[in-house]
Amino acid sequence: MSSLQREALLPPRAIAAPGAASRAPMSSERFWAIAFVLPYMVVFALFVVYPVFYGLRVGLNPVGYNKLIQDPVFFSTIWNTILFLTIAVNLKMLAALFLSGFFIRQEWWIRALSVIFLIAWAMPSIPTILSFRWMFNPEWGMVNAIIFDLFRIEGPGWLTERHYGLGLAMMVHVWKSLPFWTLILMAARLSIPRDLYEAASVDGAMPSQAFRYVTWPSLRGLFLTSMLLSTIWSLGDFNSVYLLTGGGPADLTQVLATLGIRYLRQDQLDVALSAIIVAMPGILPIIWYLMRRLSQAKAA
Amino acid sequence: MNPALASLTRYAVGLGVFVWTALPIYHLLIIALSPPQDAVASGLVPKNVTLENFTTVLTASHNLVSHFWRQLANSAFIAVMTSALTLFVAVLATFAITRLKIPGGRTITNIALLTYLIPAAFLAIPMYKTMGQYGLTDSPWSMILSMVTLASPYAIWVMNQASAKLPDELDEAAKIDGATPLQILRHVYIPLMAPTLVAIGTYALLLAWNEYLYAFLMLSTERQLTLAVALGVFLAFDDAPWSLLMATGLIYALPPTAVYYAFRRFLVAGLTEGSVKS
Repeated sequence: MSSLQREALLPPRAIAAPGAASRAPMSSERFWAIAFVLPYMVVFALFVVYPVFYGLRVGLNPVGYNKLIQDPVFFSTIWNTILFLTIAVNLKMLAALFLSGFFIRQEWWIRALSVIFLIAWAMPSIPTILSFRWMFNPEWGMVNAIIFDLFRIEGPGWLTERHYGLGLAMMVHVWKSLPFWTLILMAARLSIPRDLYEAASVDGAMPSQAFRYVTWPSLRGLFLTSMLLSTIWSLGDFNSVYLLTGGGPADLTQVLATLGIRYLRQDQLDVALSAIIVAMPGILPIIWYLMRRLSQAKAA
Repeated sequence: MNPALASLTRYAVGLGVFVWTALPIYHLLIIALSPPQDAVASGLVPKNVTLENFTTVLTASHNLVSHFWRQLANSAFIAVMTSALTLFVAVLATFAITRLKIPGGRTITNIALLTYLIPAAFLAIPMYKTMGQYGLTDSPWSMILSMVTLASPYAIWVMNQASAKLPDELDEAAKIDGATPLQILRHVYIPLMAPTLVAIGTYALLLAWNEYLYAFLMLSTERQLTLAVALGVFLAFDDAPWSLLMATGLIYALPPTAVYYAFRRFLVAGLTEGSVKS
């Protein structure tokens, strides 16, 4: 604030000098501009900058990493995280790419279906994750009951076996986030000029060629951006694993997000922060790339 | 591909999408309608249907739902305050950046963008400790402020894009007529941005109402919990009454679904606007 006051107290000479706008008393416009960004800057300083620096100060302590590496589930957690990101993000984005082509069609029933499809995104995740959890309950769930009725065999312990548990966590994650990405890709497809398709069809292009030579070149950039964005957000998905398997059995389905929170709940802040910071070498390049890409898009 | 086959394929895809989306919701519903002692879905069609669980929840007559109304009110208060504060913070910041052209406006946008790129569960850990230092844990304000922190970067990002489409001449004309920045904000900017504001307000409302992790960390006493966390509490019991849990979950999921339907057009237009250019 002091620099503002200093500017306001400058002698009137500054006003007279043309072109010395920066030294003139602050215009009312400048004053309001500063006042208007202030609330956001306060929120940002108190709830992003301070926590991040505090987290780095505690989290860069080597003791936390020692404890983390000695945790017998640490390496399986890393592996689970890599599996989760690779499989779930790829499946989700490919499905979104495909479904975005389906949902831009004009048939009335497809448009009605798209409204239903988006419920998964608007609804809170807890009730549906818990619904999945009960559906796949080995003893009482609907899935094993149906398997028993059809084949007279006991279905697998869906949530008590590591790879099934992780696989279902991925499915729940895809269920929740697929509609959002489909919507983004639909918007992108709709912004491709129609005459490109008309020209392609005049040239006798098959639908697959129209996709390859018209749709894909226009979507490629956005698709990559979405994929990277989705990777980062999926890394921060706590609910799909925690509410479905609770990280079990025997902590074998933990991912970094749930492991970090588990340590936090055990009051081991340094280890919790280490569990996050070990992911940084993986995500910082992505963040750097996205920052460049998105802030350029802004200028264009 | 011949047209008949193509349309058959479309029906198959449509059916697949419908089952995929509706099945967990349908399952939620039939369990919620089962008798409390018998929350077993042995097939797709429920045998005994009862509204007993809903009565139990709405009269708060089970110890797991004894604070149901209070927790519903907590969720609502947090969601509404988050929405209002996010709009306040974001509309002012965007106005200053795009209309008043504050120096460093681009940096502020980039800062917001960077926050948007931090995985939510990662920020939660230091944020939880910080809220403790500010003395806010177990207060609804810890949730409101965290949710505003998470929602405003996206809000600023989307509103910047929408704002860039408004011609500068509008402000110039108002300025020539002697309007102050406050008057331009109120009489020109906010009315023109109304559709985007509705989208952002809805987005923040849904974000806060639906949030589990932050509420799970920051709120601890039973009367302070949001419904989301109260649902998670069921899981701590081995013999959790699943039909009651599903009934509570269904009631909890209704308001955001209704809000989504009411504001769907704004939400979809607003949220996809920023994405397409990149």
